[in-house]
Amino acid sequence: MAARNATRNASRNTSKRATRNNSDAYVRMYRQMVRIRAFEDNANQLYLSAKMPGLTHMYSGQEAVAVGICEALEDSDNITSTHRGHGHCVAKGAEFKQMFCELLGKEEGYCRGKGGSMHIADQSHGNLGANAIVGGSMGIATGAALTAKRLNTGNVAVCFFGDGATAQGLWYEVMNMAALWKLPVIYACENNGYSEYTKTEEIAAGSITARAEAFGIEAFEVDGQDVLAVNDLTTKLVARARKGEGPFFMNLSTYRYHGHHVGDINRDYYRSKDEEAEWKDKRDPITNFGKWLEDEKIMTAEELVALNDEVRADAEAAVQYALEAKYPDGSEVTMHVFHEPA
Amino acid sequence: MREITLSKAVNEAIAEEMRRDDTVFLMGEDVAEAGTPFKVLSGLVEEFGTERVIDTPISEPGFVGMAVGAAMTGSRPIVDLMFGDFLFLVMDQLCNQAAKTSYMSGGKLNVPMVLRTNLGATRRSAAQHSQSLHALVAHIPGLKVALPSSAFEAKGLMKTAIRDENPVVIFEDKLMYNDKAPVPEEEFLLPFGQANIVRQGRDVTLVATSSMVQVCQKAAELLEKDGISAEIVDPRTIVPLDEDTILDSVRKTSRAVVVDEGHQSFGVTAEIASRIGEKAFYHLDAPVQRMGAMDVPVPFSPALEDLTVPTPEAVAERAGMICRGELVHAA
Repeated sequence: MAARNATRNASRNTSKRATRNNSDAYVRMYRQMVRIRAFEDNANQLYLSAKMPGLTHMYSGQEAVAVGICEALEDSDNITSTHRGHGHCVAKGAEFKQMFCELLGKEEGYCRGKGGSMHIADQSHGNLGANAIVGGSMGIATGAALTAKRLNTGNVAVCFFGDGATAQGLWYEVMNMAALWKLPVIYACENNGYSEYTKTEEIAAGSITARAEAFGIEAFEVDGQDVLAVNDLTTKLVARARKGEGPFFMNLSTYRYHGHHVGDINRDYYRSKDEEAEWKDKRDPITNFGKWLEDEKIMTAEELVALNDEVRADAEAAVQYALEAKYPDGSEVTMHVFHEPA
Repeated sequence: MREITLSKAVNEAIAEEMRRDDTVFLMGEDVAEAGTPFKVLSGLVEEFGTERVIDTPISEPGFVGMAVGAAMTGSRPIVDLMFGDFLFLVMDQLCNQAAKTSYMSGGKLNVPMVLRTNLGATRRSAAQHSQSLHALVAHIPGLKVALPSSAFEAKGLMKTAIRDENPVVIFEDKLMYNDKAPVPEEEFLLPFGQANIVRQGRDVTLVATSSMVQVCQKAAELLEKDGISAEIVDPRTIVPLDEDTILDSVRKTSRAVVVDEGHQSFGVTAEIASRIGEKAFYHLDAPVQRMGAMDVPVPFSPALEDLTVPTPEAVAERAGMICRGELVHAA
């Protein structure tokens, strides 16, 4: 079974003339990608200006993956996220203010400042949380799908992970069970080519899609820089997963604009500036989708600029709000070790 | 009162909770038709079907991780980990994921799951099927740890564990599965964090967990012959720990021996002994004694294995020494 190449089909769709019906969805997807980029640019500034405790992992460059997938989900569907998780969180519906508050360890953060960048969870939108263990959430996503199947909720779970996480044994254990029990889970590998500071081709033998296929799981290759291709494929797979035809695997080729984390600045030893420039200049998911929206006369150049300005202003206001917000009271340090029923 | 085995008590507790709450389900290796190697779960699949009594592949991290995700989304999984020794396989999912979810999410998410497993040596199973690893789990904030010492505790604590909103690890002594004890027919639950005074006494407190409660009961009978009256306190859960009952007993008897089947170093005996030392020092007439499993991997040969865990004779001897003042003056 060869991995289906979804890109070709989806490209055909994107070249189709946009209809009025889905224009709203297109604009929403564009806005969500811009929101992620704006969030990350501000988070990076917070780090560089030493206003943020700790460090963080930038999602910039991979926006089409999170947005294309989350746009195909309902609030009640679950996702699990990664250490590079801000994009998933925004795409699944989170608000800037609570996210920036969390990044700065403030009381109004999604996790009352206890999780920080690597553990933001937004239960109200089905986001079961970012995870600082590479591959650590693969069981959680599959377990969420087990609940969905057992209690017949109709929900689907999407497990985001990077190409580096395909080296974790846990994935093979849970794929086996998901396939045996036909669970409504979609494994979404954001393949940005690098496992932290190492080229993934140096640590991954054979084919990643073939690994999923070995369990009888349908696997798809998709251009992770093309939000419509990602959304089109995900929409189809979500519908099939809800009917009990899951699980599925998607390998989404994408690119990480920053280093492994914000402090990974001099990275010539593992990848070239030319390579980075190539992706940023020619394959940027936001620039390219913006052009498409213009070509299809869904948005004018002026409207695109206005949308970008509005989102940037929102992000900056949220940063300011978070900087001024208060830290949790010291008495909270012992709260939530155990869950206290309301 | 009727008497049932510990195995039957666990089975009853799980069946009752599964009847009461449809979100409760069981998963693990050979839990369905096989009913586990110890036959503790026999009959459950017949009543609840394979949808709720789920045989898994031999993939401990995988199914424990899935239980965490299931618990976060409205299920109440009971995960069967065939041997306590396999805890080492599931450390990330249990300690980095399940234990920290409530805290890391500021209380927005929680993981109401039970991981039932076992402890106990002297079954001639050698180093990888004989460990008592409850201290390892108790060290991690966010996990509750229950140590039933008879069929009565096994039933009452299991029911409480299933209804708890947090991850609970419950260790059954695998040598005790066929031991009978009085267990009421009517429903009951045992609260966590409430120790049981197994035996009243005046001269020395034996703090004993799980398998060591029986050992200390026999030790107390031996001590009685020497005119020494031993009190036995069974904490029942070590997280949360009922420190008050332990301290009250020690303040009364002024001597303590802490007995637990985990390795002696850096374990349960160390924790409880140090708390007694910190909080009841001026009531003590003798140094607090600790008796755990020897700090060696559990050997296979019966001639060696039997040396590694506390026996009634050894406990009685040690308790007798502090009661007679021998250890106080030894140094």
